[in-house]
Amino acid sequence: MKALGSSIFSRLVIIVPYVWLLLFFLVPFVIVFRISLSTTAIAQPPYEPVFSLADGLSGIIDNIRQLSFDNFVWLTEDALYLNAYLSSIKIAGISTLLTLLIAYPIAYGMAQAPRTWRPTLLMLVILPFWTSFLIRVYAWIAILKPEGLLNQLLLSVGIISEPLIILNTNWAIYIGIVYSYLPFMILPIYSALEKMDHSLIEAAQDLGCPPITAFWKVTFPLSLAGVVAGCMLVFIPAVGEFVIPDLLGGSQTLMIGKTLWNEFNSNRDWPVSAAVATVLLLILVVPIVFFQNMQAKADEKGR
Amino acid sequence: MTRWSRFNIVSVALGFAFLYLPIVLLVVFSFNESKLVTVWAGFSTKWYVSLFNNQGLMDAAWVTIRVALLSATIATVLGTMAALSLVRYTRFRGRMLFSGMVYAPLVMPEVITGLSLLLLFVAIGFDRGFWTVTLAHITLTMCFVAVVVQSRLLSFDRSIEEAALDLGATPLRTFFEVTLPIIAPAVFSGWVLAFTLSLDDLVIASFTSGPGATTLPMKIYSQVRLGVTPEINAACTLLIALVAIGVVIASIVTKQRELQRQRDEQAAVAGR
Repeated sequence: MKALGSSIFSRLVIIVPYVWLLLFFLVPFVIVFRISLSTTAIAQPPYEPVFSLADGLSGIIDNIRQLSFDNFVWLTEDALYLNAYLSSIKIAGISTLLTLLIAYPIAYGMAQAPRTWRPTLLMLVILPFWTSFLIRVYAWIAILKPEGLLNQLLLSVGIISEPLIILNTNWAIYIGIVYSYLPFMILPIYSALEKMDHSLIEAAQDLGCPPITAFWKVTFPLSLAGVVAGCMLVFIPAVGEFVIPDLLGGSQTLMIGKTLWNEFNSNRDWPVSAAVATVLLLILVVPIVFFQNMQAKADEKGR
Repeated sequence: MTRWSRFNIVSVALGFAFLYLPIVLLVVFSFNESKLVTVWAGFSTKWYVSLFNNQGLMDAAWVTIRVALLSATIATVLGTMAALSLVRYTRFRGRMLFSGMVYAPLVMPEVITGLSLLLLFVAIGFDRGFWTVTLAHITLTMCFVAVVVQSRLLSFDRSIEEAALDLGATPLRTFFEVTLPIIAPAVFSGWVLAFTLSLDDLVIASFTSGPGATTLPMKIYSQVRLGVTPEINAACTLLIALVAIGVVIASIVTKQRELQRQRDEQAAVAGR
């Protein structure tokens, strides 16, 4: 659009958020990377070298010489970090799969609901997203405790004779992640299913295709874009999740978000935590870029 | 139509039960007489009384609301601008990077965002406190606003804007008199989303906050680690109520706007 294209207004509209994000989103990553190459020091801030323009050019060159990959070497030498990365990916993967298995029938049911009900059902899925994440995780502690509500119910019904130990195990983390991220999985799958032309299924069935086969051959492939988007929205943040493993998981639960938090807050080792963050980012960069491309393609379609 | 089968109804009902039951239980047990969160001992509002006498929690609540109001407002302005640039200007230098920076924070683990912002503030020597939390929340929530507003702009009839420009309105005036009134519901729901995200955030606030700027989630978190208490249930219930009121107002406003628009359109058609 030419008329809007060249005015001061349009330039400002682009430049202001652009500069803001460069300053507060991109530059911080550069700083993280830089500090991950520093060594720990007992100082304020607790790392060396500290770049400062006061040292002049030669000082900066000196500082660059002091940078080292020691922290990254340290990450590979201590099995704790490697295990934490692997276990985060495993936990996030299992949780994503569980979320998909639970979310799909819900999304499918919503898409089949009478048209007049759908906005209400949609609103009901979105609503819990507005209540605090921390609160929703906290609510599960009282349910999953050994003397908690779930065990009380199961004991009184007589399904179990001894309380189940769920809190402080990986199961509690799976439940927490599935619960917290469920709307993120339902919404994209629902919007893919809702757009689907139902006559395709009818055609398949008219031609003698059993309902289950029709589902796998027609419905599921058509909802695949929603499934992939939902999985990305759950998997990527779940890998770096901190609140859920910290509140619901046990002391032996290893997740990288928790490791990073402890490294930073308890050990006050800034360079190592910066290195942990850098590696986590490198692991997630592939799915994040994939997610962005998908998002961009969806935008192109919507245009 | 038999598409809404029993299987569909059961899966939707179970899904909603799973989504809502924990929250309902949390609210119910905030009115529990007993100190135990899992044994019902009668109705009482004493935890709300003790909550209001808890100065630490009240201070934290006040900080949180101020941060949320300020950051949501600035994030809405920046996010709307970002959405406009993404939808209206398909070609400018560095657009790929820009859209990347808008989408990445949506899925970026909070520990990374929090740590990186903290290191930025330390590097430039910015004292941590109210302002650093606010800046961090603006950065995070403007991206959510951008996505919400962007989806509205995509279904926008551009010809009205072009008409205004052809009639000699400046781009600035066109935006405020034509575009903004139409996208206002989306901008408003973006603001509500930003407000609740800020109200809710624990991880980023913990990294970027300093002395004197403890937010409510930080306070709740530190108490939860010591054990589950009905007082925290009460605090959580109030937060849920606050957000619920916000969402209800938002949906009423949106609905009325929509009705008004339809009436205007009908009037315009009738008057032709």
